[in-house]
Amino acid sequence: MEEKEIELLKLLEKNGRLESETIAKMIELTTEQVEEMIAKLEKENKIMGYSTLVNWSNVYEYEGVTAMIDVKVTPMRSVGFDNIASRVYRFPEVKAVYLMSGAYDLSVSVEGKTMMDVSRFVSEKLSTLDTVISTTTHFVLKKYKHDGIIFSDDDDKDKRIMVSP
Amino acid sequence: MSSSYISSNVQTLKPSGIRKFFDLASKMDNVISLGVGEPDFVTPWNVIEASYHSLEQGYTAYTANAGLLELREEISIYLNDKFHVTYHPETQVLVTVGASQAIDLALRAVLDPLDEVIVVEPCFVSYAPTVNLAGGKAVTVQAKPENEFKILPSEVEAAITEKTKAIIICSPNNPTGTVLNKEELTAIAEVVKKHDLLVISDEIYAELAYDERATSIAAVEDMIDRTILVSGFSKAFAMTGWRLGYVTGPKEIIQAMTKIHQYTMMCAPTMAQHGALEALRNGNESVLEMKVSYRQRRNFVVDALNDMGLSCHLPGGAFYVFPSIKETGMNSEEFAERLLEEQRVAVVPGHVFGESGEGHIRCSYATSMKQLDESMKRLRKFVEKYTD
Repeated sequence: MEEKEIELLKLLEKNGRLESETIAKMIELTTEQVEEMIAKLEKENKIMGYSTLVNWSNVYEYEGVTAMIDVKVTPMRSVGFDNIASRVYRFPEVKAVYLMSGAYDLSVSVEGKTMMDVSRFVSEKLSTLDTVISTTTHFVLKKYKHDGIIFSDDDDKDKRIMVSP
Repeated sequence: MSSSYISSNVQTLKPSGIRKFFDLASKMDNVISLGVGEPDFVTPWNVIEASYHSLEQGYTAYTANAGLLELREEISIYLNDKFHVTYHPETQVLVTVGASQAIDLALRAVLDPLDEVIVVEPCFVSYAPTVNLAGGKAVTVQAKPENEFKILPSEVEAAITEKTKAIIICSPNNPTGTVLNKEELTAIAEVVKKHDLLVISDEIYAELAYDERATSIAAVEDMIDRTILVSGFSKAFAMTGWRLGYVTGPKEIIQAMTKIHQYTMMCAPTMAQHGALEALRNGNESVLEMKVSYRQRRNFVVDALNDMGLSCHLPGGAFYVFPSIKETGMNSEEFAERLLEEQRVAVVPGHVFGESGEGHIRCSYATSMKQLDESMKRLRKFVEKYTD
């Protein structure tokens, strides 16, 4: 069953809208078994949610910028980085937080409407946190690929001839 | 006028029935094609990158006639690991321009005028024409739907005459997806040995076997010396357009084939050979990933087809299903033409692959789940209209 769970997770990770009935046929289970499995995986926090990958740069009415911020912090006794991480990730404008190896500690992804918004967040909210030593902000200029999906309009075009032996 | 210059041999050659469908389908819009005989994946990036790199390094010249020795060595290791057959890279491996060229070379190397070659149908469309072009005579035998398109040894034996020199088999099979297991191959091998025949074994789909590992007939006892094993990179590594295949077999036969190859082709494309080297060294993960995806889609399509009344067996390999359309009362050509016109789904009518393919259609599931889902809905509508 473990193997089928991984197969199911991989399918859903690629396409969250795949129907249980379809999945069932693909991995040779019944629809009920698939639904039970999904419920179980949700309960076990293996499935954390379902989201849609939007290519916002194709939505012309929408304004938004993303920045990746390298944050150096002083780890605190007994809680290490977890405490400061949780203080950072609770801000709604923070979309992702990772603890990193290497030159800095936290990698923080922030979204705002404008560069001003993001700068304000960094200077007023982030860098003023107690244990934060320094921040380096990098603005994203263009998204080429996100979560395994290439953001190009003709990348998935079928380039094969229509009928072949 | 100038057609009088064309050899009578070529004049009598019939154009492939697939061509007609290609012409029809490519003139229409909004067609979902289940008629494509190649992977829907693009070649794994590391392979493309390795080929780029070889070009940047200036590897743009000919290679040895038989192909890069390094590549022949990797092929030899690969075949040994996966299929338990042993070939010497220097004398028993030839790198070709696709498996198609390998089949052509094999036939030209072994046939004398009017030697007979048994061709098991339904099969890839080019076997019989290639036999004829090589001066031989193709004798077709029919694998039957009631046997899940597995050819029986008795059916092979009934077609053998004094003139029979070889038999061409293909497992996993295009167009039926049928895989012959070790016992079935052993039974066929008995007949082959009894009549002192040669086997040309097209194993281009060997990696794509979903329920159990494919067996090579060359691995059956006492068969290594009478088997020409044809394979390549097209299907497993999604490299169809690279045109790179290989053939292994008894030293004398491979040397004879190399002789023809050196005069007619010189060598397979160098940049493709460098890509293939990377495919064998670091491509296994990609193959496994693609295989999982094909298997999932196979299960989906087989279920959908049986559910709508187009019965089909679960094909063990390749990326084709070959359902019966007899319920609709149409023949396969009618079915495919009307389906294309009314529902804009392209499939290949089974009769183009041989007599016993009549009453069936070939659906390739090497296309996205989204397209498969939609095509199955359209197919269901079509079938419901023509059955009560």
